[in-house]
Amino acid sequence: MRLCIFGAGAVGASVARLAGDYGHTVTAFADSTGAAVDAGGIDVAGALAHKDRVGSVGESDPADALAAEYDVLVEATPTTLGDAHPGFEHVEAAFDRDKHVVLANKGPVAERYDDVVALADSSVGELRFEATVAGTIPVLSTIEGVGAARVNAVRGVFNGTANFVLSRMSADGLGYEHVLAEAQDLGVAEADPSFDVDGTDAALKGAILANVIHGGGYSLADVDVEGIEDFPGSALEVAAEDGRTVRLIGEVTAGGDIRVSPRLVPENDPLAVTGTDNIVQLDTEHAGRLNLSGAGAGGPETATAVLADITRLP
Amino acid sequence: MSEDAVRQAHTVRLELVDEPGELLAALQPIAENGGNLLSVFHERGHVTPRGHIPVEVDLECTAGQFDTIVEALRENGVNVTQAGAEAYGEEVTVIIAGHLVDTDLSDTLSRLESEAEASVTDFSLSSEEGTSERSSARVRLAVESGSVERTLEAVRSIADEKGLRVVAPFAGVA
Repeated sequence: MRLCIFGAGAVGASVARLAGDYGHTVTAFADSTGAAVDAGGIDVAGALAHKDRVGSVGESDPADALAAEYDVLVEATPTTLGDAHPGFEHVEAAFDRDKHVVLANKGPVAERYDDVVALADSSVGELRFEATVAGTIPVLSTIEGVGAARVNAVRGVFNGTANFVLSRMSADGLGYEHVLAEAQDLGVAEADPSFDVDGTDAALKGAILANVIHGGGYSLADVDVEGIEDFPGSALEVAAEDGRTVRLIGEVTAGGDIRVSPRLVPENDPLAVTGTDNIVQLDTEHAGRLNLSGAGAGGPETATAVLADITRLP
Repeated sequence: MSEDAVRQAHTVRLELVDEPGELLAALQPIAENGGNLLSVFHERGHVTPRGHIPVEVDLECTAGQFDTIVEALRENGVNVTQAGAEAYGEEVTVIIAGHLVDTDLSDTLSRLESEAEASVTDFSLSSEEGTSERSSARVRLAVESGSVERTLEAVRSIADEKGLRVVAPFAGVA
């Protein structure tokens, strides 16, 4: 497959680096200010070096990348809320040209799912977005395998940064501010960790999962969100006395409610994953409860989900 | 012979998770605390709305031993739904955090009992060093069967009013 990759952050860059291993050719690679385009395959290492030097992957216009020869658009620009601009427009341009779309950007399917599905329906191109939920964990392909209509409810730990903070506070009796600063030093939390700790990121994933299992119609505005900002260590202490702990849990109920909030879970419960791991628990009609866990973020990890999606395209 | 030494028959109703070893874990505290097992009625075919298996245990022991046994069962994580004449229904544990003392902790607890129609069966408080007056309480509430969700709603509304944070389990999970 010939790939057009939009976004040169950790995920986009990793997809570009790994594409060759999977037998794909990157024919266009763009970030917000520039692009590298070559119908015969761009020099990925050269483009990333160019980005390190001048801040952009190439000298071409990003619009040239959209117009380039490719089979699959990989949309890995930063998630934006509301109209999901500019990711949504990239998706629209690709479907208009009957190209496939693989998303790592949560915005289009969390905020404008019905619009995206309508575009995909009117295009020969197909839509996949495994990387938007829980990084590398094969959640959406598992739901696809079980059948979305046979998955009644979903819950889990959808944000690795919040999970790192809560599990480290709990294991070592440390305060919120201390652990958050440590997470930033380790690169687990971004300089501005708001979306991770206020629950927005987990809520976007909840909206995506609700769209998938309940057939669309959901966006961030439908999620009841409570984050972990300034979470008290004493709450983890009294929980531990009783063999319990606290995790930021996202939940899509059978009735279609979506909630993200810190919840009490038994310490040995599958939901009580530690560190930056994620877990997604599916309640299925005939197959009981499935627990899928693993790395919820990271460049090569999330790129693996993108490349798995590309492999599943016709 | 003092009244406490009189051995009497008692009935305990338990709800067990359908996992190997659960019944044994429930019976051990009875034997270990001097109870004499008379019969165990294990309703395997019947499950509660939460998917648990009700078990009725008849035993013989003194009144003092009986209290110890019920306590030991609870410590073992066994859900005791009825001991003697006292019916407990379901239990739910929540954490309430924030300025608990400033917002009148005893008023909070008594309102939990009246407005959330629950009785507080266990309580633990921890205050944070350095952050003045911020603390967390773990409260175990015994509620009537099937009313956990209603109780949680009432807990949230009392907490909201007082600016406190509630950390609740999933509905139906103690």
